[in-house]
Amino acid sequence: MTDVMIELQELTKVYPGTTSPAVDHISLQVPRGEILVLVGPSGCGKTTTMKMINRLIEPTSGEIILDGENVTHMDPNQLRRRIGYVIQQIGLFPHLTIADNIATVPKLLGWDKDRIRARIDELLDTVGLDPDTYRDRYPKELSGGQRQRVGVARAMSADPDVMLMDEPFGAIDPITRTRLQNEFLRVQRDIQKTIVFVTHDIDEAIKMGDRIAILNEGSRIAQFATPEEILTAPANDFVSDFVGAGASLKRLNLSRVRDIAIRTDAPTATADEPAGAIRERLLGSDWTAVLRLDADGRPQRWLRAPDLRREDIDLSRAGLPAVAMVEPQATLSDALNEMLVGSAGVAIIVDGRGRYQGVVDIDTIITSIKRMVDENADYYRLAKLGDIDGRETVGA
Amino acid sequence: MGFLDYLSEPSNRSVLYEQAIEHVALTAAAVAIAIVVGMVLGIVAHRNAVLRPPIVNTTATLLTVPSLALFALLIPVVGIGFKPALIALAMYALLPIVRNTVSGLGSVDPAVTESARGMGLNARQRLLRIELPNAWPVILTGIRVATQLTVGIAAIAALVGGPGLGREIFRGIRSIGSPFALDSLLGGTLGIIVVAILFDLLYTGIGRLTTSRGIR
Ligand SMILES: Nc1ncnc2c1ncn2[C@@H]1O[C@H](COP(=O)(O)OP(=O)(O)OP(=O)(O)O)[C@@H](O)[C@H]1O
Ligand SMILES: [Mg+2]
Repeated sequence: MTDVMIELQELTKVYPGTTSPAVDHISLQVPRGEILVLVGPSGCGKTTTMKMINRLIEPTSGEIILDGENVTHMDPNQLRRRIGYVIQQIGLFPHLTIADNIATVPKLLGWDKDRIRARIDELLDTVGLDPDTYRDRYPKELSGGQRQRVGVARAMSADPDVMLMDEPFGAIDPITRTRLQNEFLRVQRDIQKTIVFVTHDIDEAIKMGDRIAILNEGSRIAQFATPEEILTAPANDFVSDFVGAGASLKRLNLSRVRDIAIRTDAPTATADEPAGAIRERLLGSDWTAVLRLDADGRPQRWLRAPDLRREDIDLSRAGLPAVAMVEPQATLSDALNEMLVGSAGVAIIVDGRGRYQGVVDIDTIITSIKRMVDENADYYRLAKLGDIDGRETVGA
Repeated sequence: MGFLDYLSEPSNRSVLYEQAIEHVALTAAAVAIAIVVGMVLGIVAHRNAVLRPPIVNTTATLLTVPSLALFALLIPVVGIGFKPALIALAMYALLPIVRNTVSGLGSVDPAVTESARGMGLNARQRLLRIELPNAWPVILTGIRVATQLTVGIAAIAALVGGPGLGREIFRGIRSIGSPFALDSLLGGTLGIIVVAILFDLLYTGIGRLTTSRGIR
């Protein structure tokens, strides 16, 4: 066991018939269990770099070390069975059921039937699809978002240590994309895969990456750093241009809901409580509404005092629907977005199964923004001082 | 009234029945050969861009040779009877199968083949588990067309001493002017139509059974 899971040494690709390399001597290391995002403008060589890791593209020169083992010349099919692979177009096998799609690699590896069946159900569960509903469906019977979940499940089927993901959420509408990103981060917290994730969207890079490699033409690394560093200390003009305006606002993507103060003091009511008891609880709190949960503990309605005046009212329809729900790994940007879309003053925090965890209000988020702005101001003041120091050194 | 009398005559019926069986056997054998050879050629053509034009063009050219000429040309090589008929028919049946195998394999979504490659399926596994099943409806259509073609052309086989319903048709042609000529012609032709319809029904059934619900 080494701490470096993937290592690229001077990896280079010159496509036949071209003179300038698509990937020019890239060297990098990905620590075990981390997500490395390769981000950069179109055509800079992200896909080529990634596909050399599972040798879908054979490198012209350089070495690929996986978990301490040089795999540059091993049998590519054996190698690929150890590496999960997700592409933007997903490429589910249309003639196979969802279960058989997921079972492909385990079957190649000769797993027994029971183990494969158990694994399929486990994975469908993991990516948030009910096994009984989806197992026997065909890809064409799924929505785009559901297909992408199956694509991820299929890539994880044989429990590979390494996953390669090329713009996996690129072709999905923004709302579903946010949801899939959050779910994937939640899953990743448990499975701790080593992931190389390609995107051309800097916001997605900041959100998904433990580390980010910003690539320039020829896959040359313009900066290799944590998202925080990239936002606060861009290495050069190329990086700051690529990160673009609103770097401090982008930092909302760095903080997760779970990292800020979640309020758990909001009054809640269970599905079987009568209106009177709920009303009393509400009046005894300093809140203007109580959150009614359904039998499974999922937020259902916000009820205000007038909604609770009569005993015979149907509480599952009274008040306002509970909206703006986010999971703990959602970013502050997601939470803020949900609040704005739902016109709610608070976002409700729910776990992976949709059960109530707490709320976060808009004031808390604004406090966080303010703190970031202050920190940024500090940073720029310091950077300026540093710059002056630098000039003095040069002049001396 | 004459044709019904012809049909109700047991000896005529048993001749037609016997020849229909021969016709089916000849067609089935020719198509079976064409499926094996045609799919292999189609797969090679799909995999190898250099060999694709010669393969597709040669099989296309074969189809343009008049059937009578092709049957006759084969006589000096393999003699008369079942064999030249079988070989000539298999050659005709080749084109639709080759062409549809190539286009069927070519129409498989590149993302599907790429993800199969990325999962570590080798070339043979990709072909058998992914590409052929997805190309199958198109290939099967080619086989169906090849079969219809063969059922029709097989009638000519009687000219080179081959089996099948062509024999009854040519008996009619030879005896033109006699009162029974038309009956034989009609009987043989009708038999061929029935054989063609039965094959088509068979293919509809095969298509249902062998095509995944996911790509229907
Ligand atoms: N098969 C190929 N033959 C020749 N050149 C290629 C081939 N594939 C890619 N290239 C070139 O290599 C360069 C890098 O391509 P690559 O697909 O890795 O870019 P990318 O960063 O993934 O871009 P995008 O964000 O558009 O997906 C491009 O200039 C591209 O034109
Ligand atoms: Mg790309």
